[in-house]
Amino acid sequence: MKVRIRFSKKGSMKFIGHLDVMRYFQKLIRRADIDVAYTEGIHPHMIMSFASPLGIGLTSDAEYMDIELRSSISSAEAIRRLNQTGTDEMMVTGFVQIPEGKANKAMTLVTAADYELGFRAGHIPDFNWEDGLSDFFQQTDLLVMKKTKHSEKEVNIRPLIYDWSASSGALYLKLAAGSTENLKPGLIMDTYLRQRNMEPEPFSYAINRREIYADIGENGQRNLISLYDLGTEIV
Amino acid sequence: MRKLALSDEILLSVEKPARYIGGEINSVMKDDKSKYDIAIRFAMCFPDVYEIGMSHLGIQILYDMFNRREDVWCERVYSPWIDLDKIMREKKIPLFALESQEPIRDFDFIGLTLQYEMCYTNVLQILDLAQIPLFSADRKEGDPIVIGGGPCAYNPEPLAPFFDLFYIGEGETVYDALFDLYILCKNKKDSRKEFLHQAAKIPGIYVPSLYEVAYHEDGTILSFHPTEPDIPCTVEKQVVMDMSSAPYPEKPIVPYIQVTQDRVVLEIQRGCIRGCRFCQAGMIYRPLRERSLECLKEHAARMLKATGQEEISLSSLSSSDYSELKGLVTYLIDEFGSQNVNISLPSLRIDAFSLDVMSRVQDVRKSSLTFAPEAGSQRMRDVINKGLTEEIILDGAREAFHGGWNKVKLYFMLGLPMETEEDRQDIAHLADKIAREYYGIPKEERNGKCQITVSTSFFVPKPFTPFQWASMHPMEDYLGFAKTVNHEVKEMLNHKSIRYNWHQADVTLLEGVFARGDRRIADVILDAYQNGALYDAWTEFWNYDRWLAAFKHTGINMDFYTLRERNEDEIFPWDFIEVGVTKRFLLDEWHRAKEAVVTPNCRQKCSGCGAFCYKGGVCVESKN
Repeated sequence: MKVRIRFSKKGSMKFIGHLDVMRYFQKLIRRADIDVAYTEGIHPHMIMSFASPLGIGLTSDAEYMDIELRSSISSAEAIRRLNQTGTDEMMVTGFVQIPEGKANKAMTLVTAADYELGFRAGHIPDFNWEDGLSDFFQQTDLLVMKKTKHSEKEVNIRPLIYDWSASSGALYLKLAAGSTENLKPGLIMDTYLRQRNMEPEPFSYAINRREIYADIGENGQRNLISLYDLGTEIV
Repeated sequence: MRKLALSDEILLSVEKPARYIGGEINSVMKDDKSKYDIAIRFAMCFPDVYEIGMSHLGIQILYDMFNRREDVWCERVYSPWIDLDKIMREKKIPLFALESQEPIRDFDFIGLTLQYEMCYTNVLQILDLAQIPLFSADRKEGDPIVIGGGPCAYNPEPLAPFFDLFYIGEGETVYDALFDLYILCKNKKDSRKEFLHQAAKIPGIYVPSLYEVAYHEDGTILSFHPTEPDIPCTVEKQVVMDMSSAPYPEKPIVPYIQVTQDRVVLEIQRGCIRGCRFCQAGMIYRPLRERSLECLKEHAARMLKATGQEEISLSSLSSSDYSELKGLVTYLIDEFGSQNVNISLPSLRIDAFSLDVMSRVQDVRKSSLTFAPEAGSQRMRDVINKGLTEEIILDGAREAFHGGWNKVKLYFMLGLPMETEEDRQDIAHLADKIAREYYGIPKEERNGKCQITVSTSFFVPKPFTPFQWASMHPMEDYLGFAKTVNHEVKEMLNHKSIRYNWHQADVTLLEGVFARGDRRIADVILDAYQNGALYDAWTEFWNYDRWLAAFKHTGINMDFYTLRERNEDEIFPWDFIEVGVTKRFLLDEWHRAKEAVVTPNCRQKCSGCGAFCYKGGVCVESKN
């Protein structure tokens, strides 16, 4: 059976890169004695895939990975065992069964993500930055230079911003995510500051991913649902 | 949320920030003052980068052992990488321990493990970044006690002025006594000096400031003795005699990032019966002591469960000599193979048994087999007492080729005592003979071409070996030796199947100075460090000119340490240490080497090396 794990990534865990998080979970699952499936062959490895790698420096409330089980275990018991032998800065918060089939893989499903962007202490801009946001997001075109490996091209990022709000020193964003379109939250703040003739300082944003979504809408109508809600609890 | 010593900005601007955050699974936190009454804060340092240091078994053993004591909190420290080193100096950030993230200058002890000579400038870096005085003599009450240990502590003299004390031998034995003494002195408010004086009376503890050296006019040692009458003249190496009941980590730390040795390590035995004359480990860890099969089975199961690691590696100097190897390996494969645990078996002799085992635990087509003949000719293998004949090597290779392997790695040393041009050429000849074994197999049974990789390293004479009297060579000679091999390999029939790698020679010479150096060498290390030497074990930071300059600045003649065969009656800087193996035995072995006479291994016949004084291990095996 296929299972989706949701976990948070907080505090010092923001310095652990994606591949290391993967290795961490491989060992965690073995310690927790979860009966997980492996690939065939002389060097079998755990069947495991992540929804969307999180960059170093970012925290998250909801990261997702899919694994395959050889025998069932209740959601509550699995969560208990995983958290018992894991770090409390990377807590498992969900363990749900998901439908079989490649189309249901987290990695394939990702279309949007929620972010919270604030400024690290000592890097808060010395103007009332929240005030200008309405005007900024009212623009229909937000053109930025995007660098790829081979070239630089100008793209309009405005259509990739699905929603925004601001409160108490933080900017909340719903952005396109996944393999087709992906927008990094820092780029929006960079663009905002540059429009005000300010050069963004390195490492000045504190970014937290809050949720990752799939789109189950039809006929081009967006209908976002969290990757967690696509699964069902195992009792 | 864990507090960190470094800000997010710093951590995000350095390579691999996970090196500095601690908090790994199974790391030990004792910061809760309501639960722990800590009398000793111990910073255990490995003076190299995190990934190297975290792979070291000795530290894992001591970390576990110290933390079993309620009143001790042992934490870890590794060398900050070059990028962070620079930032810490600029911003004057004191070096901190990973667990508490607190400055180690406030700790009771700083323990440094000395695993190889080329880490000596990193030792100074640790002290410097910790913001404590580099010289023992400059440290005040309240500064941590700086203690060294590990294989290089068997000649601690080049580092003597930087350390308050050294622990000579295996860490499992007298640390408790040392800690108890420290707590007693602390409660009595004894001075630092008084504590060191008392500590020097614990067997295995060497306090360099309590000994003085006088030199002959020619630079050799005239005398070496304690400065006070109640301080012992010699220091006895410490050995664990009952390996099965000795503490062993049950829950090794699981690093977040990939480290060099990313697996559970099971030390099956300590010591070696072989008596290779170049090998320091083979002498200083005598006698061979095995752990019982039962105890190893338990350790393996417990550690795999507590870490979730996917690989277990057996550790010893020569695994094939472990008397219950078959039982152990069968158990590991049967018990954990089905759980997808890889089993790695380094330092195995290649024979039918080991090939069978290896074909069960690894992909034959992808993996390579390693032989370490160490010398190319039989005469030279007899000189170094490597009990390996050409016949054994070729038989092993043939069996391996028939088993489907086609990649072979061969390790040799160059610049050994008594080595001739012919011996060096024989390295190429041996590689060619192995290739001929492969091409002797009918074509349809072969698996393409064979790949033979020949690697040589330059020999460095080490203290407490029969070669401690030997001279090294000038740099040009070393390069010439490698050239000989390289040229001869090209002349071989199967040269297209043989690849040859060799190492740089200048590091070898410096290693030679440190290995057999005396107290005067400390000035050279300090000078090089102050002029930027760091991470000397890393080719990208290695700078020979900086070291040549340091010898020049200090007026110390490098050749005195490298290009001189020692007289048989010379007093060595490390002679005050008793390792069980006697100087008399080593000298006999030196004579036998000169005549290319082989000495039987400990299981064949006791050669009376002196290690019988410990009354255990292989020395009493047949007498049970």
